[in-house]
Amino acid sequence: MANNNEIRYLNPPTVEVRKKKYCRFKKAGIKYVDYKDAEFLKKFLNEQGKILPRRITGTSLKFQRKVAQAVKRARSLALLPYVTDLLK
Amino acid sequence: MIKQYETVFIATPVLSDTQMKEAVAKYTQLIRDNGGEIVYEEDWGLKQLAYPIQHKTSGFYYLIEFKADPQFVGTLETQYHRDERILRYLTVALDKNAVAYAEHRRQTRAAKAAAAAAAPQQEEAPKAEAEEIETEE
Repeated sequence: MANNNEIRYLNPPTVEVRKKKYCRFKKAGIKYVDYKDAEFLKKFLNEQGKILPRRITGTSLKFQRKVAQAVKRARSLALLPYVTDLLK
Repeated sequence: MIKQYETVFIATPVLSDTQMKEAVAKYTQLIRDNGGEIVYEEDWGLKQLAYPIQHKTSGFYYLIEFKADPQFVGTLETQYHRDERILRYLTVALDKNAVAYAEHRRQTRAAKAAAAAAAPQQEEAPKAEAEEIETEE
């Protein structure tokens, strides 16, 4: 009788195990975000050159602020574009 | 009070090498004259701009790291602003992490430059051999 109550699957249901996001700055021990390194900053931008939100990159709030500051500095020095298509 | 700063300016691509050197000399001199101390200079050369500035698509980038009184930054930026050769400039105060980073960056760049200077001598030999083989064939 106990078996009837259990739901049986032919294939075992696949449970997605999501990788836990982490802050790459905290993990790598980076303390200063350099605005001169445009290639590095591109990791935090989408294809239009917009800054990606924390919920996607997993950056901590402290470093998200620093990334944003660095990206804006790089933009003003024409190292990164303000608006574009197909950045990557 | 003395703080450490870092300034990057973009000069017009129209300038010749000597004119560019003049512009650099002007600003380094300006820093020294106002009681500043130059820590580091770096020439990035002619770079493509990410977007056009004053209808120009490239510019000479130059980085100067210096220690000076905070009062001086205003005068430096006024000079940049009045200078028609300068397309853009950015002056940033460096905190202790930034100073450490700048130090590290300088050392790695110096090491890379040294490695690059040493490497071509080793590379030249195999290349020369390859050329010889081609000519033999």
